[in-house]
Parts: sequence; C-alpha cells; structure tokens
Amino acid sequence: MTTPAPPDSTASTGAPAADVPRTRSGRATELTFVVGLVLVGIVVVLALVSFVWTPHPPTQPDAAGRLEGMSAAHPFGTDRYGRDTLTWIMLGARVTLLVGIVAVGIAMLIGVPLGVLAGMTRARWLSGLIMRGNDLLLAFPALLLAIVFSAVFGPGTGPAMAALGIAAIPAFARVARSGTLQIMGREYIAAARTANRTPLQIAIQHVVPNIAGLIIVQASVTFALSVLAEAGLSFLGLGTQPPTPSWGRMLQESQQFLGSRPELAIWPGLFIAIAVLGFNLLGDGLRDRLDPTLRGRS
Amino acid sequence: MRALASRLLQFVLTVWAATVAVFALMQILPGNAAQVAAGMSATAEDVARIEQEFGLDRPLIVQYGDWVTGMLQGDFGTSYVTDAPITPLVLNSIQVTLILVVSAMVLALLIAVPLGTLAALLRGRSLGAVLSGLSQVGVAVPNFLAAILLVMVFSLGLGWFPSSGWQAPIFGIGGFLSHLILPVFSLALVQGAILTRYVRSAVLEIMREDYLRTARAKGRTSASALAVHGLRNAAIPVVTVAGVQLATLLIGAVVIEQVFVLPGMGSELVRAVENRDLLAVQAIVMVLVFLVLALNLIIDLLYTLLDPRVRNAA
Repeated sequence: MTTPAPPDSTASTGAPAADVPRTRSGRATELTFVVGLVLVGIVVVLALVSFVWTPHPPTQPDAAGRLEGMSAAHPFGTDRYGRDTLTWIMLGARVTLLVGIVAVGIAMLIGVPLGVLAGMTRARWLSGLIMRGNDLLLAFPALLLAIVFSAVFGPGTGPAMAALGIAAIPAFARVARSGTLQIMGREYIAAARTANRTPLQIAIQHVVPNIAGLIIVQASVTFALSVLAEAGLSFLGLGTQPPTPSWGRMLQESQQFLGSRPELAIWPGLFIAIAVLGFNLLGDGLRDRLDPTLRGRS
Repeated sequence: MRALASRLLQFVLTVWAATVAVFALMQILPGNAAQVAAGMSATAEDVARIEQEFGLDRPLIVQYGDWVTGMLQGDFGTSYVTDAPITPLVLNSIQVTLILVVSAMVLALLIAVPLGTLAALLRGRSLGAVLSGLSQVGVAVPNFLAAILLVMVFSLGLGWFPSSGWQAPIFGIGGFLSHLILPVFSLALVQGAILTRYVRSAVLEIMREDYLRTARAKGRTSASALAVHGLRNAAIPVVTVAGVQLATLLIGAVVIEQVFVLPGMGSELVRAVENRDLLAVQAIVMVLVFLVLALNLIIDLLYTLLDPRVRNAA
C-alpha cells in the first residue's frame, strides 16, 4: 500500500508543519509534554495506590447504598450493587495499564526486530516479504482482530492484549524500518562494518540505540490506541470479564441508568479520555524532545 | 499502466492471503466447531451428524476451497448454529453499516475542513490554540462515550431523537433520519476531531510553499491565497487520510451499532461471537477485511488521480 501515513502511527500528530517562531513552539511543546505526563501520572498513581489502599473493599457491596450520588463516603457515588465507583475506577486503572503495557510490549518485541531486519538486509525478497506481511496485518484493525480472538479463544483480558499487540506490529515495523534505512548510510555504520562487526552487533550497538527515540514515541501512541481498543472491546462485553473491574465494562453497565445516574457513565468515560489524551500528548511531547531537528513541528 | 496492474495484483494477493489468515484463525479453536455448535450436552452422534451435515469431516484444504469458491459466487454458507444461510444476513446488515459509515465520513469532513483550515490560519492566536486543543481532546474521546453523552443530552434530556433502533428509509424518511442522526454524530464528532488535525497540518504545510508566498506578496490575503491556490494541494493528504480513516470508522461502527441497537454488521458480528457461530464470524470478518483492503485500493487510485506528480512518475 502506498498510503503515506498509517493512521495508527500518526493519528495523534498529523503531518509536520514548520515556519514557526522557535520560542513559542518550544513552550507549547513543553506544555504538551508536561500535561501528558501529569495525565498519565494520574492513571499510574491510581493503579499503584489501588494495590495498597482503596476507599472501600471492591467486592463487598453496600446493599443499603445502591446507586447513590456523590457523598463524603462515596466521592464518585455507587453503582447498582452498591459498589464504590472510585474504588472501581482505581482498580480499572490497573487493567488499562496492564493491557497497554503488554500490547505495546508484544508489538515492540516483534515489530522492531522485523523492521530493523527489513531495513538492514540487502536481500530484497526478505524486506519485501516482511513489508507485505505488514500490509496483510494492516487489513485487520486492532478492534476487529480482538473480536476475532475473543471468538476463537473466548473473551478475556489475555486474548485482548495478544490481539491488540499483534495488530500494532506493523506500526512498529514501519517506524523501525524507516529509521534504520535513514541511518544505514552513516559513517559509524560503515566504520562498524569495516571493524568486522557482525550485522547483529551493528543492529544492537548502533541501529537500535539510534532509533530508540522513534520507537518510544510510537510506543506512547500505540499505548493510547490500545487503551481505546480495550475499552471498546470491554464495552462490547468481549474484553475484560467480570468480576475484574474495567472502565469499558463500567461504561457499558452504566447505559441502563443513563436517565437516573448519568455520573455512572461520566466517571469511567472521563478516565478513559484522560488516559488516552495523556499518552497521546506524551507521545507528541516526547517526539519533539527526543529529536531536536523536529522542533517547531506541532 | 504497469503500476496500476501491479497494484491490482497486490490487492488480489492480499485478499487471498487474508482469506487464508481468517480461515486458519478459525481452525485454532480449542475443541472443534461441530462440538461447539452441538452444545455442551450433545452426544457423540450429534456431533458426528453436524460434522457430516456441514462437511466438517472433510480435509481442511477442501473445506477452505469450498468456502472461497462459495464466497466468489456470493454464498457464505449455512450457519452450524442457526441452520440459516449467512448471505442474507450479510447483505442486510452491510447496508446499515455503509449508510452509517459514509454519512459519518461526510459529516466529519464537513466539520474538519473548515475547522482545520481555520485553526491553521489562526495559528499562534488564542482561538487557533483553542481549536487545536479541542481537536486533541476530541481524539481522546472514544466514540461510544460520545454516543452515550449524545443520548444523555439529545434523547433522554431534550427528547429530540430516539435513543436506539433503526428504521429503513422505505418506511418513512423522517423516522429513518431521526434514528440515524445520533449514531452518525457519535462517529463523526470523534472522526472530525482526528481529521481536523490532519487538515490543519496539511494547510500549514501548504502555506509555506513558495507559490503561496508569491500570491501573498502580490497582495492576496493568506485566506484568499489559500482558497485560490492551496486547497487543491492540501486536499491530497486529507483525501488519503480520510480514506484510511474510513476503515477505522467501519470498525468504530461495530461499537456504535451496539450502543444504538442498529442491525448492522457490528451487531451481527457481536451476536455471532456470543453464539459461537463461527462460520458467521468468519464471513463477517472476511467482508470487513475485504472492505478495508478495497478502500485502501480505491484511495491509492484516487491519490494517483489527484496528484499529477505521482501520476506521471507511475
């Protein structure tokens, strides 16, 4: 496919644009990065704190206090079983981060070596094969692959993470390949070749460290997309299964009470948006920080 | 012409590879399909009967060949679970999904092109920053959250539109539109936010081109220079992205159909997964993947039409 930009790698950034006064864009970049960091930090802190403390025990519903509004005892209210919404939001943050970490991990561990190989090899059939495989995988959008996995392996967090990770491989492979192609002509690569380094040594010592910035940016963007896809999957009832708390599931269950208790939908929805926005902004901010030549793009 | 032929060949090969991938995925199922269809309490005879009835006892390569030749003739086979033919189900639901997706894309472009252009022209001013910030937030809102918020306000709150259901256009255009409007907006608002960012970038890119600088130097304002000389050029990347996003929209529709209980491909897919109706899953997934690939092909062809540089190079 000759489409210039895969939506998953550029969805949050768009094409570059220059012609900007430096100082202003520098400040905007800084702001993007900091806001992203703060939003991601909120989700991480919620998840970490939930391991040692939650406002209420998650599995002991308060039968007397069903569908309560906001109060001092239940800052975010309670759901139809009398479970504390804030507690469930905190526990849901764990699944959100777990899915993102595992999906990004799978995609990175498979996609980056494939992309570097495709960029370094002189065998055109090999790079062609890798890139055509990539194109095939691109025909399976993340959510669709996750639905297929839930049909084949049964619904659950595990199949969801695997599917989202596999679906994100092409994005990493593309980024790694184009990064590799850019640096293959540099002197230090030629020098390493002259020094009789094996291709594997060159890849590990010179190529990967030099494309690490690109990979980290892609990881942040992919993280955001995985959070969105997992929420969608759980919303369909095909992702994380009860009794494990997940934001997508909470949002789905809230639908019955939209008329009477809209905050049951607002809270999980808000936190999904915070997580996605956080990782998107972090990716944008990192892109500018890690690569000074890109400064001024927004 | 050679480029066109090789692009078409690539399309056919990818579609073929996708049929193999989808078919193979369905075979890794723990336990076999006949067992699943027969249910937990089925006896060995029941399973054997289903296997024989649906030809599941034949070698895989024969089953695969059968499935593909069937599809080429527009026949997706018969469900092991419901005993009903799958083709009518696909044909009925695809209409709903396509109406939804195409209207959403049109609306998203109607939102994104003016807003993105405005955001680019106002770059560096506070209103431009607000527009960029809004689009950044819009990208982070899942479409099903947008759907829930829209239902809260316009259906439960104001009572303007129904909160779910579908009415075919032949039963009255008013009912059709009022059922369509919230689902379409749910998809289009989020999509519009994504596209706004692309339009803004594309316009910014164009604005620093020499020919626009010349036009401005000759006395045109930024906006009129852009309108006269720039928009056609900015359209190229935007059309490309909009096309790629159609595929995203197609999958987004799966969730939105569920929220609004629309009888589209997404609802059928989720129902088939829940019933473990694997042949139906296989058919719907294949149709969706085919649509994604076909869209990509069309975009590539459009791209060459729009951009003379690519056209002449090819």
